[in-house]
Amino acid sequence: MSQVERGIMLRLVERARRRSAWLFHLNAGSCNGCDIELVACLTPRYDVEQVGIKLEGSPRHADVLCVTGPITRTTREALETIYAQVPDPKVVVAIGSCGATCNVFAGSPVIEGPLDHIVPVDVYVPGCPPRPHSIIDGIARAIGLLAERREAGAEVNR
Amino acid sequence: MTLLHSLIALLVFPGVLYALPMGWLMLGTERKTRARLQGRIGPPLTQPFWDLVKLLAKSPAARTVSDAPLLTSLPLLAAASMLGVLAMLPVFGGDRGFAGDLILVIGLLEMPPLCLVLAGYASRSIYGEVGATREAVLMIASNVPFLAAVVAMATAADSFRVATIAAATPWVVRVPALLTVVLCLPVKLRLNPFSLANAEQELLAGPLTEFDGPRLGLWELAHSLEWVGLTGFVAVLAWPSPSHAAAVNGIAFVTISLLLVIFVTVIASATARIKIKQATRLLGTWVTALAGIALVAAILARKGGL
Repeated sequence: MSQVERGIMLRLVERARRRSAWLFHLNAGSCNGCDIELVACLTPRYDVEQVGIKLEGSPRHADVLCVTGPITRTTREALETIYAQVPDPKVVVAIGSCGATCNVFAGSPVIEGPLDHIVPVDVYVPGCPPRPHSIIDGIARAIGLLAERREAGAEVNR
Repeated sequence: MTLLHSLIALLVFPGVLYALPMGWLMLGTERKTRARLQGRIGPPLTQPFWDLVKLLAKSPAARTVSDAPLLTSLPLLAAASMLGVLAMLPVFGGDRGFAGDLILVIGLLEMPPLCLVLAGYASRSIYGEVGATREAVLMIASNVPFLAAVVAMATAADSFRVATIAAATPWVVRVPALLTVVLCLPVKLRLNPFSLANAEQELLAGPLTEFDGPRLGLWELAHSLEWVGLTGFVAVLAWPSPSHAAAVNGIAFVTISLLLVIFVTVIASATARIKIKQATRLLGTWVTALAGIALVAAILARKGGL
């Protein structure tokens, strides 16, 4: 492929990544507050499917891994497995204050979080729970990062 | 000329050049219509194209247990058989070689669900296995009325050529037979109320749970071709083509296909997923009864009674 063709292909892929982000939602010990707000984004009021975002049932189909909750001891292994199953390029969004700081659960012996101790986090969406607006904003920022990861698998994993 | 015609049918219309954009348009129409019916704006019609580009550009994650050549060849086989169906649909009437042979077309139409069942088992995921089992059960349940209806049309027209069947079947047989085939479409396209195999959020993604990146993209491609192939098959059977000009036949083929897409989408949006027992019972009684009416009408029509 010539340089020009390569450039066109890369732009096409970048555009596709901006327009079609599939989410996988993982509840890692969340109280369900953030989960409800995330699902609210799919309803007629917020309708994120307009920009191609949809919730997928399998982590292998996903581009964006949305994690809610402070990561309990029992969900840590599931989180690591699921993170490995999401194909590159991928981004991780920590939804809610729990993922960022463990929130009110900080210091508990059964909590292994916050999320960035276990997997690299790209975007934090704080709030307890965050409003759907801020979740959509966080996912939009995550999609921007996803599109900029031009070469699949080129990003440095921490 | 036969070779040239076959190549054009395979590569241009109703083959690759028509089927790929049409498949994306059909999937896009389905998502858009469903969103509008749910009071949402919904994704643009080009969404399936961007989904495919994105999936093809992803790099699959490492797997511990996998049979890579098998998992790649199954969606390819599914897509290839649907292209075969499309190449053999006699949109403009006329018989060339084995183009338009009913048995071959039906056989190829059955390939994608079979590949999906194999893929579900080969991926060694518990969700894949449950989805594959459901798909297999529904395949058998829906094929009883589907094949009975097609046989009724073939009996009435006294031919196994799709073009002859489309031209010669009397309407008294054609209406119940086509109604049966259309009622089987949601099963074959895995839509509500028969979306049991890929039951999203219930079985993760059914047989496709373990597929990622380019392989999932190939499945999406095969699925879009399934839409074009199945609606095209019904469109050809519904439209008695030889009596019209080629352009009229082409436009009728595309229009009937798109109307069918909207029809099955409306049904899918208006219904909820039913249980496998209910689905098999529904297909085994009411839809099969409808196919039975078509069969009886066909036998009577053949004896000159109707």
